[in-house]
Amino acid sequence: MQSALSVAVDALAYGMVLFVISIGLSVTMGLMRVVNLAHGAFAMIGGYIASYATQMLGIGYAAAILLAVFGTIAIAIPIERLLYRRIYGAPELTQVLMTIGITFMIIGIANYVFGPTLKTIPLPGELRGALDLGFRSIATHRIFAILCGLAVAALLWFLIEKTAFGIKLRASVDNASMAAALGVRTEIIYAASFAVAVGLAALGGVVGAELLPVEPYYALRYMVTFLVVVSVGGAGSIPGALVACLLLGSIDTAGRYWLPEFGEFFFYLSVIVIICLFPRGLLGRRA
Amino acid sequence: MKRLVLAVLAAAAFQGAALADTVKIGVIGPFSGPFALQGKNFKAGIDAYMAMHGTAIGDDTVEIIYRDVPKADPAQSKALAQELVVKEGVQYLAGFYFTPDAMAAAPLLEQANVPMVIMNAATSAIVTKSPLVVRTSFTIWQTVTPTAQVAFEDGTRKIITVVSDYAPGHDAEKAFQAGFEKAGGTIVEQLRLPMATNDFSPIMQRIKDSGAEGLFVFLPSGPPTLGFVKAYNENGLNKAGIKFYAPGDLTQESDLPALGDAALGLRTTFHYSIAHDSSENTAFVAAARKAIGNPAELSFPSVGAFDGMHVIYKMIEATGGEADAQKAVDAVKGLSWASPRGPVSIDAESRHITQNIYLREVSKAEDGSYINKELRTFEKQGDPGLAAAK
Repeated sequence: MQSALSVAVDALAYGMVLFVISIGLSVTMGLMRVVNLAHGAFAMIGGYIASYATQMLGIGYAAAILLAVFGTIAIAIPIERLLYRRIYGAPELTQVLMTIGITFMIIGIANYVFGPTLKTIPLPGELRGALDLGFRSIATHRIFAILCGLAVAALLWFLIEKTAFGIKLRASVDNASMAAALGVRTEIIYAASFAVAVGLAALGGVVGAELLPVEPYYALRYMVTFLVVVSVGGAGSIPGALVACLLLGSIDTAGRYWLPEFGEFFFYLSVIVIICLFPRGLLGRRA
Repeated sequence: MKRLVLAVLAAAAFQGAALADTVKIGVIGPFSGPFALQGKNFKAGIDAYMAMHGTAIGDDTVEIIYRDVPKADPAQSKALAQELVVKEGVQYLAGFYFTPDAMAAAPLLEQANVPMVIMNAATSAIVTKSPLVVRTSFTIWQTVTPTAQVAFEDGTRKIITVVSDYAPGHDAEKAFQAGFEKAGGTIVEQLRLPMATNDFSPIMQRIKDSGAEGLFVFLPSGPPTLGFVKAYNENGLNKAGIKFYAPGDLTQESDLPALGDAALGLRTTFHYSIAHDSSENTAFVAAARKAIGNPAELSFPSVGAFDGMHVIYKMIEATGGEADAQKAVDAVKGLSWASPRGPVSIDAESRHITQNIYLREVSKAEDGSYINKELRTFEKQGDPGLAAAK
């Protein structure tokens, strides 16, 4: 019983970290219909900015998160205008080729500028300790990641489902020319949602850095995990991504605790089963 | 006509002799991709050696030709080794970060009349694949075996082993088990983790529940190491008194800044620490840091490369720059010298390096940087892995 509780705590923490990092990709793939393989690269840029800001400039953690989010958006906007705009609505293969190319370029630049070693983002004192839950202790930064995940999920759901921006976004995605005819500036809507997705990636890169440390190959190393989360949850669905992260986090953590010798067998087995039963993901939107 | 043919032949012969004045060394390693840092360390070690000893040996000039194998890829390694021998005419093959790469190229050596000097790949069996293989790095058995002794002498009797599920991990698991059980300890559990493990918290819980007094761990360096050490601290294993034993791959110098205070006090056994106190090492570190550019990136493969170059220079001296692989290898059998890591020699039988293995502790140097401080020396360690395989 105690070990089951303990596994549940780890699963929740791991699942929420996955959620924070992957949700931006769910937005680009589900709402903007762009297979953005460079998502991890943007998360990595966020991580590098936060690491540089805290280590070299001595900026505090909270300010570093903001700097990482907005700095990454500032880097991503020109890329959106110059490159991504050309692939909206293009066939998937074109998108994959373009975004994997961008990923390799970012890896090369990161390697050149920051070197191949691991970079860390020092945590502030409040997040450094561990909280005693009675039957075990849990690192405070994991609780912070869980809270971040919940906050992101709530805000994003509100933004997409309840605001005028969200309505325009969904309209532009479903029928761009009709939305434009009705006076929606689709270009701005797309740029704004791309910025939101990239900002979320950067946030995930910083908050998740304790689990997925920042180094040049970050962008490729975790790409499969992000894609799995989005496809299991259903692209574009925030509750779907949340459910997928918690489910996959639980399966992965439980498998690792009880049957580590099976490696990632159960993780991928469950992915296969879910995709067979729900080809659009757990809560995917119908096209 | 006859005269013309003779003239052409003579010219060719002359040219052949002239070409022999440049001795080419082909170095295969990971110079791009996720392991580029290790390749960079090869290059730093080689550059440091050539900066300190020059590029001329007698009448011959040494030239290095690098070939990139970004990750373990036996087929590519073999193809590049072949290309180096046939097209570039190299007289020596060197480098090899990954065992499968070295294994794949070893069968070419005899026909090509080329010795191979391994600067990293750490599986014991490589030296048995060809009589022309010489190794100047270490083997996992060599660095892990003293760890078992340290653990037992600490009074730890029950250990859980945690390794990544790949060949070096299995090697480390076996080496530790052999040493620890021989001393009289018990292995309570053996875990093998998938390579792509990100979250080590459940593993820590499992270690706690196993009832072990200590853990032995071997993981590839980089992100997994960082995650493991952090999880070890955060889940209170150090506070619970579960002791940490690992070979020095886990606390290699290039990872220490990222590990930071989390690594302080971790003890590992290894063949080389950049903080080794000797005049040879001071000179080496100065030259290698200059070669690599960023001092924080210097790590253990550089010393394997540096000593590898020493061996190759001795081979070239012995053969006078002529291609004679067997003579070259015979010349370095039993060769001993003062390496930056301490006194070393090439074992005449196994052609593997005999060296000191050090017990080190991660500590803070006076300038605030993290170092592996040497605590204890296990002198003249051979490779127990070969004996174990018999």
